[in-house]
Amino acid sequence: MEAAVKEYTYKDFSSDQEVRWCPGCDDYVILRSMQKALPEMGVKKEDVVFISGIGCSSRFPYYMDTYGMHSIHGRAPAVASGVKLANPDLSVWVITGDGDSMAIGGNHFIHVLRRNLDLNIILFNNEIYGLTKGQFSPTSLVGQKTKSSPYGNTQPPFSAGELALGAQARFFARISGNTPKEMTQLFIEAEKFKGTSLIEVLQNCPIFNDGCFTKFTDKAVREDQMLYVEHGKPMIFGKERNKGLVLNGLKLETVTIGENNITEQDVLVHNAKLEDPTLHQMLVRLEYPMVTGIIRSFDDVTLEEREDALTEQVKSDSNFTKTDDLFFSGDIYSVF
Amino acid sequence: MITAKEEVKQEQLEAVIIRFVGDSGDGMQLTGTQFSDTSAMFGNDVATFPNYPAEIRAPQGSLYGVSGFQVHIGSVEISTPGDNVDLLVAMNPAGLKTNLHALKPGHTVIVDTDAFSKKNLEKALYESNPLEDGSLENYRVIEVAMTSLTKESLKQVEGLDNKSITRSKNMFALGMVYWMYDRSPEYTIDFFNKKFKSKPQIIEANTKVLNAGFYFAETLELIPNAYTIAPAKMEAGTYRIIMGNTATAWGFLAAAEKSGLELFLGSYPITPASDILHELVKHKHFGVKTLQAEDEIAGITSAIGASFAGDLAITTTSGPGLALKGEALGLAMMIELPLVVVDVQRGGPSTGLPTKTEQSDLLQAMYGRNGESPIIVIAASTPANCFDYAYEAAKLTLEHMTPVLLLTDGYIANGSAPWKIKSVENMPEIKNNVIKEGHENWHPYDRNEESLARNWAIPGSSGLEHRVGGLEKDRVTGNVSYIPDNHEFMTKIRAEKVKRVQNYIPDLETEFAQEGDLLVVGWGGTYGSLHSAVKQMNDDGYSNIGFAHFNYINPLPKNTAEIFKKFKKIIVCELNSGQFVQVLRINHDEFEYQQLNKVQGLPFANLELTQKFKSLVK
Repeated sequence: MEAAVKEYTYKDFSSDQEVRWCPGCDDYVILRSMQKALPEMGVKKEDVVFISGIGCSSRFPYYMDTYGMHSIHGRAPAVASGVKLANPDLSVWVITGDGDSMAIGGNHFIHVLRRNLDLNIILFNNEIYGLTKGQFSPTSLVGQKTKSSPYGNTQPPFSAGELALGAQARFFARISGNTPKEMTQLFIEAEKFKGTSLIEVLQNCPIFNDGCFTKFTDKAVREDQMLYVEHGKPMIFGKERNKGLVLNGLKLETVTIGENNITEQDVLVHNAKLEDPTLHQMLVRLEYPMVTGIIRSFDDVTLEEREDALTEQVKSDSNFTKTDDLFFSGDIYSVF
Repeated sequence: MITAKEEVKQEQLEAVIIRFVGDSGDGMQLTGTQFSDTSAMFGNDVATFPNYPAEIRAPQGSLYGVSGFQVHIGSVEISTPGDNVDLLVAMNPAGLKTNLHALKPGHTVIVDTDAFSKKNLEKALYESNPLEDGSLENYRVIEVAMTSLTKESLKQVEGLDNKSITRSKNMFALGMVYWMYDRSPEYTIDFFNKKFKSKPQIIEANTKVLNAGFYFAETLELIPNAYTIAPAKMEAGTYRIIMGNTATAWGFLAAAEKSGLELFLGSYPITPASDILHELVKHKHFGVKTLQAEDEIAGITSAIGASFAGDLAITTTSGPGLALKGEALGLAMMIELPLVVVDVQRGGPSTGLPTKTEQSDLLQAMYGRNGESPIIVIAASTPANCFDYAYEAAKLTLEHMTPVLLLTDGYIANGSAPWKIKSVENMPEIKNNVIKEGHENWHPYDRNEESLARNWAIPGSSGLEHRVGGLEKDRVTGNVSYIPDNHEFMTKIRAEKVKRVQNYIPDLETEFAQEGDLLVVGWGGTYGSLHSAVKQMNDDGYSNIGFAHFNYINPLPKNTAEIFKKFKKIIVCELNSGQFVQVLRINHDEFEYQQLNKVQGLPFANLELTQKFKSLVK
């Protein structure tokens, strides 16, 4: 039997390094939510590893009192894959941003999702380059004025969720950077999920892209603008809890309960576990309401499981236990 | 031209060089490999050199689609595949045209006359048929209608399509050569039985054609001479024939077993390094973990992750891939983790000559990273010692906690030679710097006072949680530090750590003259060519020439200057425009260096070496 995991508090996961993000940055919320989530996960502190790339978000591992590596730009998913394959017992977390994961690291981002190792990726999406001081990113909007697009950005953006689902992500969740309680819960759910979990945090950058998500994340409007989905529950939102999603042909539509004979029973019930990602794609694409929560959580075989099974098979079929068995096998000959 | 039937006589030879050439689909690599393996089983020393086009199936009959395989077998020590050949087997006009220059005058060429059609002659840019126009007067030409004879011999075998029939004509050629050199076809027949277990008609067809060629050579008396080559005098022991890339892979298997660590390979396919990946993926029974990554960068970064988590981690590539890995290799150097990068060098720059050999990645290996980032660089020098240097690379990286770059090249990686099998229990011990438990004031960058290696705390060890990263770190705590003096201190200590590897590696040795007029200096895959050239000159009475070959490039062996001092002249021979000589000039500028350089995608020829050496000693 495994030794019982000791009781931790968030302080056990705070390193002695001074946090150096700009005041008011949502990164502080993510850090604290993570430090609060970890004691709830039942993992040993020495088994937790954070791997980051480059960017503001990627300073994250320095602030966690766990194992960690601040690697190179865009490559964290590949580093983390190596860590996990070397020791599948570890709880491995990738910390990345929109530039890190979808520009310079786009290749690793799609392939790590395709492979489905049991690791967790937190994508800090602020639709801007922060650390290099304000250039547009692959998620910046067309027309957005930035340091490198003074007359407006001409490159259409990626949607992180669409890209991820296109790359066969089994778990995709989205959360607003100013809702720590829900965020903490999502981190716990991501760790529980066997497979690669991706959480996109809509993270406000107060310096270079302040307010980019305000129209749906602001406290005053968010209940009316955002839909927090939960598996098995009807997709209802709004201050009055009277708005809901229905499927009309090939489109999702927002309806008002109580109008046009619509009742709660007409509202779609969220099924995150569908293998077919079509509905999840539609949820990801919606602009109103902005869908948050666990959009997709499809249980599938992980890469480690496939590798383990194969290794066991090869081991049981093979007569080789030591390298000598191999070296002295087959066509050998003696010279006297 | 030999036309008359000659009496079959046996000649005893010390060594013979045979080259099989044909279309890239003609199976020349298999034919050559079978001949060299059979000869090795017979007790000969062998060296091989495959030479094939980058295209998998270049247009049939074209000059650039020619694929060749050269085998050097002997009853004496063989250290290279040799230059000029004693027997050329040409399966088509293009093969004859592109290889005839390598055949020694008066020696034998076997051709498949069926392939000398008008169309094929045109494709090979022959204006007239060389078999008819007298241009082969200086050679012994053996004309054999191999394709028709192959078809004839397979008449009775059922269930074969036309393509399979014509494709087995290489076995007809092999059968003939077996008879000429007094080799039994048994080994190759065994090979068919294993390889085509589930296809009995293919086994039958190949065996039939092989025997047909063998008996054809014997009974029709078309062969002017028959030769025997006695077994070579080799050190007693158990041997096997091994290719350089296989030896490299096995060196890592041995190192993993010896060190008690699990082996992880992150790699992206690239010519001519992919065979290391192909070999290691087979060995899951030893717990080998492999990731065929999405690109070269993921190959190395996944290995860095595996190393962080406590595996013996390696990545394999060739020149263009090493360029892509540069930034990540800098990270491994900066965070001071063990990592071996294998660069199987090929012709560069850019895509260059993927299937040809060169030594032109040396300076990239030394300096191809941003900032000051010295790492250990070593080079294997024969197909068999790829095993030893892969093992040594693993040992050095684990003991010194800095990446090691192992250079091999297409020539030794694809070449094969007898390997006296080494048992892991007789290999040198491999220590590591793993720390299991912390103590008060423990820091991740605490160092071994002698080697300066930092300690290696692995995730899963309680109390040793720490962060590493590409940012400069404080010399004591390992935390991020931007302090100017600290950066300079850390830059120096990382360099000093590599420099101190000198205290742990063997001295440079001199072969032949220990002092004298000329020291021939080489490194890496040119060992065989240089060794046989210097040996030949010593045999011819030039007792004033010594030979020193480097396997350790960074750092250089401690006694380098002591050896250089003993010779009046030094000549540095490399398959590039002069890269190692630059390293020598930086480290030992008190000496004057002559250079012999070749950048043709080919190994040194014996003659070009001996002529140059003779010009320097008079």
